[in-house]
Amino acid sequence: MSLLSTHGLTAHYGDFQALFGVDIRVEPGEAVAIIGANGAGKTTLMRSIAGVLRSAPGEVVFRGREIGALDAAAVMGAGLAMVPEGRRLFPSLSVEENLQIGCYGRKAPGPWSLDAIYDLFPILGERRHAPGTALSGGQQQMVAIGRALISNPDLLLCDEISLGLAPVVIRDIYAAVPRIREAGASLVVVEQDIGQALKVADRVYCMMEGRVTLEGTPDTLSREAIHDAYFGVSA
Amino acid sequence: MIWIDTLVQGVLLGGLYALFAVGLSIVFGIMRLVNLAHGDLIVVAAYLILVLVSLTGLSPFVAALLAAPAMAGAGWLLQRHVLNRTLGTDILPPLLVTFGLSIALQNALLEGFSADSQRLPAGPLATASLDLGAVTVGVLPLLTFASAIAVILALNWLFYRTELGRAFRATSDDAVTASLMGIRPATIFATATAIAMLVVTVAALYLGMRSNFDPNIGPARLIYAFEAVIIGGLGSLWGTLAGGIIIGVAQTVGAAINPEWQILAGHVAFLVVLLFRPRGLFPRAVD
Repeated sequence: MSLLSTHGLTAHYGDFQALFGVDIRVEPGEAVAIIGANGAGKTTLMRSIAGVLRSAPGEVVFRGREIGALDAAAVMGAGLAMVPEGRRLFPSLSVEENLQIGCYGRKAPGPWSLDAIYDLFPILGERRHAPGTALSGGQQQMVAIGRALISNPDLLLCDEISLGLAPVVIRDIYAAVPRIREAGASLVVVEQDIGQALKVADRVYCMMEGRVTLEGTPDTLSREAIHDAYFGVSA
Repeated sequence: MIWIDTLVQGVLLGGLYALFAVGLSIVFGIMRLVNLAHGDLIVVAAYLILVLVSLTGLSPFVAALLAAPAMAGAGWLLQRHVLNRTLGTDILPPLLVTFGLSIALQNALLEGFSADSQRLPAGPLATASLDLGAVTVGVLPLLTFASAIAVILALNWLFYRTELGRAFRATSDDAVTASLMGIRPATIFATATAIAMLVVTVAALYLGMRSNFDPNIGPARLIYAFEAVIIGGLGSLWGTLAGGIIIGVAQTVGAAINPEWQILAGHVAFLVVLLFRPRGLFPRAVD
């Protein structure tokens, strides 16, 4: 049984339809990348899975349970945490408080605790009492990842964690991914950076205009196929 | 030594205004909701304490302890089922709904208790005083001020030292992201209003023991509360206490010069602060 699957998932913003029947699945222990250009519907897909946007109950199934109609707090409680696009730290909270708030709705035993996160990202331990927004972009991204991890989720959704960061910083952040996977969490990574996505993922979905246009493993997908699925150009 | 006396009385009066203001400040700080019925809710709590005192013969302090959970429950329901529906990008609906609530509460109280002015029986406490050498202070004003400090200490502990406090601040920053942490903003808002109603009950206790009240005095308490919050700077409870003290001192000084100037002096002090410090004395760093 898949850990997560979507079944004909649709999403609307008012009259505008952003997703047109998306079917994806994530197996236990797997890392899945979702790539696509701006406006392809990647973030909308993440928001729909996380419960920020509500769907019909059966459109999202997590560990055999229909969660499409649940609110974000209930989805989080079920073991699905999200690192939102743009990091979205709480400016009134210190670094440590930003991490602590991550397990407000779910106190699950597991490998991730405050200390484990300071061990993963030592710089956060040094700056634990600084306001979350006083950190550099890359450090803020580490806080956002730690904040999602601390609830010991079964599945971690990472929405554009490389957005707006320097390549060297992106490398540092992605260096943490193997440890996150070893600790047991499955992963969905949304990326615009195709190279980064192919490096980290077991399987890749490419999206365009609210639909999945391509699926495969990094070693079977050719550059041309990805290019076509990404930009919608067919030879 | 009349000036020292005036000053001390003003500071102690400021404690009462801070109690009026703290509930308003919590509700605005956490959900950006301006509750125009705040003053009337204080009056409602005062009548609730009065009813309990008349029915049971208990002291107002014990009656307030009984009234507090009832007020908190009412606040929770009010927020959960009425005020939450008014929150959104438009700032007008909460103003209209709480303005309507203010009028409805005043008229319900008029209907139930008539326009006669009432007072909570404080017994010997009403006239008890403490000789501090240079000045003599009333025990009741002193208790009011001490209660204001205790309330602010308790609330600061709640907001900055507990998990619920973190959830309050996070929700106030960004409700959607807070929901990703498993926080339900609707419940957090209801809890915040319930806590504000606990403070409202404390304010009502001292209001009712120190002066007469009738169904129509709510809006004037709201004005004092607003002025204290704005002078202090949004988001700082100690600032709110400072704001209350400034209004209190201005009023007693004004009254010492000419009794007709008491109320006016408080409002003038507010305007002067606004003129020089438009964001208040202690604005929160992040807004």
